[in-house]
Amino acid sequence: MASKEEILPDLASIVEEVAGVDASEVTPEKSFVDDLDIDSLSMVEIAVQAEDKFGVKIPDDELAKLTTVSDAVDYISSHS
Amino acid sequence: MTSLRTAPPVAGARIIGLGSSQPDRVVTNDELAQRVETNDAWIRSRVGIAERRFAADTDSVVSMGADAGSKALADAGLAPTDLDAVIVATCTMPNPIPNAAAQLSDRVGVNGIAAFDLNAACAGFCYGVGVGSDMIRAGSARNVLVVGSEKLTDWLDMDDRSVCIIFADAAGAAVLTAAETPEEVGVGPVVLGAAGDLVKTIGIDEQNYLRQEGQAVFRWATTKIAPVALKAVERAGLTPADIDVLVPHQANLRIVEAIAKKLRSEGARDDLVVADDIVYSGNTSSASIPMAIDHMRAAGRVRSGDIALLVGFGAGLSYGGQVVVLP
Repeated sequence: MASKEEILPDLASIVEEVAGVDASEVTPEKSFVDDLDIDSLSMVEIAVQAEDKFGVKIPDDELAKLTTVSDAVDYISSHS
Repeated sequence: MTSLRTAPPVAGARIIGLGSSQPDRVVTNDELAQRVETNDAWIRSRVGIAERRFAADTDSVVSMGADAGSKALADAGLAPTDLDAVIVATCTMPNPIPNAAAQLSDRVGVNGIAAFDLNAACAGFCYGVGVGSDMIRAGSARNVLVVGSEKLTDWLDMDDRSVCIIFADAAGAAVLTAAETPEEVGVGPVVLGAAGDLVKTIGIDEQNYLRQEGQAVFRWATTKIAPVALKAVERAGLTPADIDVLVPHQANLRIVEAIAKKLRSEGARDDLVVADDIVYSGNTSSASIPMAIDHMRAAGRVRSGDIALLVGFGAGLSYGGQVVVLP
């Protein structure tokens, strides 16, 4: 099980690669949609890459519940 | 035991003509925004479409397909009576009976040849080219017209912004002919499949409207289709670096870009030409691949002899792909 401190930078670099958001902007309290301006299709791409990177499954219905960066980090941490 | 004679096998098939047909009416994003809650920037960012064409009441799967087919025959330098078979890939006929292909063959000017429809939705053109090529290889036909034609607007809920901004009407066609020698073969082995377990993600509802689960289809298309394309390259005895032109079904520009990105990560060249016809044509299902090639050719973006990788995917969920040499 990866620690949250380990997950965040890797997740941030995935977000940067998929959505062009600077990795330094990807901080725990940020909302993907409202703060980082990431749409639902980019969220799918982020989820797919996160699945590969962290060895987790993030189905669409679970993905829809991941509002903030910390929601995603918590989900990955508890499912990897 | 009596043995049956079979036709002498042929080396393979090649494409010798292309054509496409679109209705006259251009529908802009701004026009759709007057009807549903959306805007130009939103549509461009989500699906990459700037405008699309909607058919008139007088346009049909058969009429658009016949127009595209006649252009492809002229491009090939063949007469309609040179054809041995017409395959129409479509999923939008208004009724299942009669089929489109027999009417279409009559309209292009030939009767008494093999004529059948094939429904593999947006993968239909790749399925059709695969079947047509195999008919030629087996000696069942020498010249085959493969048409993808769709009037999707017959099945669109114009109040559902998840579909009405995406889909459009058009036809595209290719003429296949027998390749006498292995060197002349210009249609590689087809890779076909269907993910029936995901059938519910795209379909016609009880009101006869097309619905799709966009996010689920997007995930499938951006992860499962590049491997199909790569398998088609491998089966043709090539590597990704050999491909000059990538023509994925024009479902969504972001899916097209995701497939191209994956292929480049597997060795496709940076100067790979990637079809983006969806920008001005929308998603036209089985018509999108041949029409995209035809438009790229008219724009001078591809040349005769280029090696093109085709990959279709859509309702079913069906998928198929092959490598072809452009005429």
